[in-house]
Amino acid sequence: MTGDEACAEGALAAGCLFFGGYPITPATEIAEHISARLPAVGGTFIQMEDEIAAMASVLGAAWAGKKSMTATSGPGFSLMMENIGLGICTETPCVLVNVQRGGPSTGLPTMGAQADMMQARWGSHGDYEIIALAPSSAQEIFYQTITAFNLSERYRTPVLIMTDEIIGHMSEKVIIPPADQIRTEWRPKPRGRKDRFLLYKPGPNGVAPMPAAGDGYKIHVTGLTHDEKGYPAMSVEAQQQMMERLKRKILDNRDDIIMVEEHQIEDAEIVIVSYGISSRTSMAAMQQARAMGIKAGFLRLITVWPFAEEKIQALAQRVKGFITVEINLGQIHLEVMRAAAGITPCHLVGHHGGTIISPDQVLAKIKEAF
Amino acid sequence: MPAATKTRAAHQNHPLEDLIRSDRIPHIWCPGCGIGTAFSACLSAMKGGGRNLEKMCMVSGIGCSGRAAGYVKLDSFHTTHGRAIPFATGLKLGNPELDVIVFSGDGDLFAIGGNHFIHAARRNMDLTVICVNNLNYGMTGGQAAATTPHLAKTTTTTAGNPESPFNLPLLAWASGATYVARWTILHTRELTECIQKAISKSGFSFIEVLGPCPINYGRRNREKPMETLRLYQEQTIIRNNADPMDLDVDFKKKVVLGEFVDKQRPTCIESYDRTCRLPE
Repeated sequence: MTGDEACAEGALAAGCLFFGGYPITPATEIAEHISARLPAVGGTFIQMEDEIAAMASVLGAAWAGKKSMTATSGPGFSLMMENIGLGICTETPCVLVNVQRGGPSTGLPTMGAQADMMQARWGSHGDYEIIALAPSSAQEIFYQTITAFNLSERYRTPVLIMTDEIIGHMSEKVIIPPADQIRTEWRPKPRGRKDRFLLYKPGPNGVAPMPAAGDGYKIHVTGLTHDEKGYPAMSVEAQQQMMERLKRKILDNRDDIIMVEEHQIEDAEIVIVSYGISSRTSMAAMQQARAMGIKAGFLRLITVWPFAEEKIQALAQRVKGFITVEINLGQIHLEVMRAAAGITPCHLVGHHGGTIISPDQVLAKIKEAF
Repeated sequence: MPAATKTRAAHQNHPLEDLIRSDRIPHIWCPGCGIGTAFSACLSAMKGGGRNLEKMCMVSGIGCSGRAAGYVKLDSFHTTHGRAIPFATGLKLGNPELDVIVFSGDGDLFAIGGNHFIHAARRNMDLTVICVNNLNYGMTGGQAAATTPHLAKTTTTTAGNPESPFNLPLLAWASGATYVARWTILHTRELTECIQKAISKSGFSFIEVLGPCPINYGRRNREKPMETLRLYQEQTIIRNNADPMDLDVDFKKKVVLGEFVDKQRPTCIESYDRTCRLPE
C-alpha cells in the first residue's frame, strides 16, 4: 500500500474515530482511505469547507472524547496554524499529518519536499513546544501514526507527522500486526470530586488529566491565557505559569519523546544527519562512503521536534563534521549548526524541492568537505 | 438600607445562578450592552427546556458575545475568531448526545466565520447558533462589520459605511437552515421561547438577536441607548413566516421580527449514518 494509505491504517489501529479533512494533493489519499474505513468502526469522517474548519473540527472532536486527526499539505498546513495554536494552548490531543510538497505558495503540488520543517516548529504565533515525527517508509508511517496518537494522548498536545509526497505516494509492503500487538494509549481521565477538578493542574509527568464534554466536569476551555482552572487570567504571572507548564511538559520529557536511530556512529568521523525520505538517501550514501573507506555514520531523526540537540552536542565533541541532508535549503541544518555551536563544521546537502536527493550528491559533499 | 434587608438581599440567589460561573463575575460587557440580556434569555431557555444540562455545551468565537462561553457553568469552549461553528461541528460529531449551542457575535459568525456558517447550515449540522448582532465590532472598539448599515459611522468608516450589510435570516434560509428566527433584546420572552425550541429541535437552527452597542456604535451614530431600545419597540414588526427577502435591518423602515423558518430535513448525522454506515 502507499504511505498515505498506511498512515490511515495506522490511525485506525491507534483508535482514531474522527477525521476532519479537506482535499489537497498529495495528502488526499489519507482522507479518501479513512473516509471509507471509519464508518465501519463507529467513527466519523467529515470533509470540511476548508483546512481552518478541518483543524477546528478535529479539536472539537477531541474534546468530545475521541481520538481525532487531519491530514494536509503546505497550503493547508498554513491555514491550520491558527487552530494548531488553539490546540497547544488548550492542551488538546490530536494528530496532524503534513504530506509535504514543494513551496512556497501553491508550489509543486505533486512533487515532494521537506520544506515545512521550520513552519512545523514555529508556524503558529506565540512561543510553544511541539512534537513532530518524520517517517521514512510506508511501514514506518503506519507505526509512527500510532506513536503520534500515543504521544498526543500522553502529553495532551497536537502531534505532527511531517512526511512528504514521495513517501505518501510510494507503494511498499506494509505489515499490519494483530490488534493485540499494538499498544494504544488514552489521555488520563480525572478522578475525584468533579466540582474541584482543575483542567490544567499537572500530574506527575507535567500533564493534567482531561475529561470530555458531557462528563459532568463543567470545564471551561479557552485560547486566552488561563489559570489551572482554565479561566482567563490576564496577567504577567498567569502567562508565565501557563507558558512554563506548556514548555516543561514537553522539554522535561525529552528522553521519552525524542527518538533517533544511529547507524555506525561509534567510530564515525563524519555524521550524516537526516530524516524522512532523505534518510534513505543518507543511508545509501553512508554505506557507499564506508565501502570507500570513509568513516561515515548516520544519525536518523525519528522525532524532529523537539530537536535531538544533546545528541548533536555530544557528537560534536568527537567527530570531524556533520552533513545534514534534507529537501529544503537548510532548515534542520540550522539546528545542527546551533547544537554543534562552532565546535564542528556543519555542511548541508539541500535541495530546492521536487525530487529526492541522490546518494552521489551526499558522497560528493563528503569528499569536498573532508 | 436596614442591616437585616441587606443580609437577606446578599443571600438571594439569582434564578440562573446554577448556570453562571459567578466566580467570573463581573463580566466585561459595557453598561447598556445587549449581550447580557441575550445571554440570560439563552440560559433561561437552556434551563427551561428540561434537557440534561450535563450534556449541554456552549461554544463561542472571539469578540464581546464570544465571552459568553466563559460565563456559562456548563462545558464551554472559547475558541478562535470565526471558528466556533467548525469546532462545534467536531464536538457534535464526536459525541452526538451533546446539545451544542454556539453563542457568538455578528463579526465572528458572519465576516471571518461566514464560510463556516453557510456550510454548517447546508449540511444541517445539529447546532443551535445564536448571533448577537450589534452592527459592529465592539471588542476592538467599533469597526465596521458585515452587518453595519450602509452609511453608518464606525472607526473604520468615519465618512459612513460604503458597503451594504448582510440580511442574516435570508443567508441562513438560503444556506439550508431548518429553523430561523429574529428578535431584539426587548423581546426576551419570544427570544427565550425560540431558543428553547431551537435547542430541542434537531438540525441547524439560527437565531439573530438585535442588541445595542451604545458605547461603540450608538455613540458614533447619534443614537442614545434609550433611542436604540425605542427603535426596537417602535420600528419593528412581528411577522412570522415572513419572506426572507424582506428581512433587511433598516430602522428607517420597519425591521421584521419573528420565526421565519421551521422545517424538517435529515441532519448531517442522520444522513451520514443512513448513507455511509452499513446496516447492523
